[in-house]
Amino acid sequence: MAGTGRAGMLTRREALVGAGAAGASLMLPGGSPFAQGAKPAELKVGIATYLSGPASVFGVPGRQTAEMLFDEINAAGGIAGVKVRPIFVDEGPGVDHVVGEYRRLVQSEGVHLIFAAISSADCIACAPLADELKRPTLLWDCGTQRIFEDNRYSYAFRTQANATPEILAALLYLLKVKPDFKSIAVINQDYAWGRDSWDIFRTAMNTLKPGVKVSAELFPRFGATDFSTEITRVLALRPDVVLSTSWGGDLDALIRQASDRKLFERSAFVMPLAESSLQRVGKALPAGHIVGARGDHWFLHPSPADPERLKRFSDSYRAKYNAWPIYPCFHMAQAVSAMRAGIEKAVAAKNGGWPTDAELAAAFKGLEFPSPTASVRIREDGQGLENQLIGTTLHSDKYPFPVLTDMIVFPAESVTTPVGQKSADWLKTLTPDMVGKLPQAQAFKS
Amino acid sequence: MPWLSENGILVGLALLDGLSYAAAVFMVAVGLNLVFGVLRVLNVAHGSLYAIGGYAAASLGLFAASLGAPPWLGLPILLAASVLVGVVLGPVIERLLLRRMQDREPVLQLLVTFALFMILEDLQKLVWGVQPVVFDAPLKWLGTVDVPFGQDVIPFTAYQLYVLPGVALATLAILAYVLRYTLTGRMVVAVTVDREAARAMGIDAAKVTMLTFTVGAALAALGGALAAPTVSLVPGVGASTIVLSFAVVATAGLGQIEGAALAALLIGLGRSFAVYVAPEFEVVVPYAIMVAVLLFRPQGLFGVAETRRI
Repeated sequence: MAGTGRAGMLTRREALVGAGAAGASLMLPGGSPFAQGAKPAELKVGIATYLSGPASVFGVPGRQTAEMLFDEINAAGGIAGVKVRPIFVDEGPGVDHVVGEYRRLVQSEGVHLIFAAISSADCIACAPLADELKRPTLLWDCGTQRIFEDNRYSYAFRTQANATPEILAALLYLLKVKPDFKSIAVINQDYAWGRDSWDIFRTAMNTLKPGVKVSAELFPRFGATDFSTEITRVLALRPDVVLSTSWGGDLDALIRQASDRKLFERSAFVMPLAESSLQRVGKALPAGHIVGARGDHWFLHPSPADPERLKRFSDSYRAKYNAWPIYPCFHMAQAVSAMRAGIEKAVAAKNGGWPTDAELAAAFKGLEFPSPTASVRIREDGQGLENQLIGTTLHSDKYPFPVLTDMIVFPAESVTTPVGQKSADWLKTLTPDMVGKLPQAQAFKS
Repeated sequence: MPWLSENGILVGLALLDGLSYAAAVFMVAVGLNLVFGVLRVLNVAHGSLYAIGGYAAASLGLFAASLGAPPWLGLPILLAASVLVGVVLGPVIERLLLRRMQDREPVLQLLVTFALFMILEDLQKLVWGVQPVVFDAPLKWLGTVDVPFGQDVIPFTAYQLYVLPGVALATLAILAYVLRYTLTGRMVVAVTVDREAARAMGIDAAKVTMLTFTVGAALAALGGALAAPTVSLVPGVGASTIVLSFAVVATAGLGQIEGAALAALLIGLGRSFAVYVAPEFEVVVPYAIMVAVLLFRPQGLFGVAETRRI
């Protein structure tokens, strides 16, 4: 036997070399149970979401969905025979905290996969860590388009769309249903998402309908609870359209206060993220305003790929948490579905053997997996291609909150920046004729 | 002069907005200032008391509504909830925590109240969850008022136009009267000015301290309760409130009641004018005002520079 001095015995030198090699492998960042392709006893998944602060109205439904789906997976025997266990970390304390937690999850907890995160800032910080620590990471709910436009990653993948299709779809819908608008005001949260999403909207608007007057650009503090002054200003300016890409408690407060002050009667609202607020604001939000689902998520989707799957998901969530799922729930479901599909693909590629981290990461490239409403394909740059659903609010006796009607489901490819291009440049190449080619609107069916 | 007329009206609208905002801020800041005056503790958990007051008011209001209570009852319910929160939590926090911190380093006091803030934030989530809570029956019951704007009208809610500034003014007047003209108020002032001398004069400083903290807690809760009909109560609402309240208190001068009113007014008006004129500065205006005041008067607008005791 090569390397042994006497049968069954190591020389001192060989023992030292062996110990050194073993130590070195332990010291390697991101050393993982998957490195040798051994089937783990359980699959540990680190999940970053908002569990505290104003954004927890949003992060907690995501956590609840993960708990529900992980339980379902385990009840059915796990993924490729391995039970799954989520380990949640809180995004509330900020980017530094999330980065520290990411490292802890990999180096101390030994998680096999990570779902991160809601905040764009957290995603931007975590994507390079995925490559550095070589840990497959699914960006489950972050919006910034910059991640895969500015960089390339081998271990980070986004299982949803990004800001560009989400905002562009809302603009195209507006141009379709209200083509004559002449002025617009924006009330967005004062942080990266609020600013970036307005940039996307304005760039596309200037391309597709130049000459629209921007009456006011208002950026109240993130987490603000009082929008009275902004509302007075917009009431006085009387723009044809008010855009708000806000979300969470901020959007709820804005909708309620705008309703109390009759702003919805003066201007048409466009709210690309408001699907997540509908149940909370109830009928304070009047009919006739444009709402997006940040994806094609809607428990009353007019034409889901698998109606039974959507019904099962929505009913299970409602039965467990006494609310209909909102889009973070759908985004979490997509990440879970992608995880399952990715592992199964990687295991099949090894003829039933367990994949290494690198093999698992490679499986996500080009992966197509089912979502509760359609399916998502992860492109070669790591970006998910996801359809976009935009509709108009309608009051129905069947629900105590507005539902959507005249829904247009935008095919992902038609609104997503092509691989290798930057959104800021691509949006300037759009042509007004794309409005005429939009899919047919679908009415609400009770 | 149509330009002047239109801009004059805009200034008027900004004033109305600023007044309503200032009233809401004042309600919280004045309690914080009162507590600091007597206890010499900058109570970070004051933000939690604001949030709990809001949640308690909303819960009580929604419960009453579910029993078929008339909408006007919402207004006294807001008040009752604040008193309840103040009376229940105030003495407990003061007795079990702050009294033990009385003679400790200010930084330690700050850390302890910050820890309490974090605990109460989690407690809040345990009790009320993370979904926004809203009780807007009083606001809807009072309806809107159309304020003329040139040929147009701008709808304001009567609640924000009359109730918020009205309650803030009443609170200021009552506090000023009690502190100046009643025996209890004079005892509070005596403890604020010189605790040791007050004790030497036979004032039960411990009792005064507990009473003051309870009133301060109730004022924070009242701020939250009054805000409840206009905002969505969500986790974190206390944190943003306490930061703004600190700005008001620092601008006013620690322990100053009338100063808190003026500082809240300055900050409220400054913020609303910023939204009208230069919206990008809206967020920084309160803190810019604070810095500007502190540069020229480090003790705040109404603060008195303390002589160092040997």
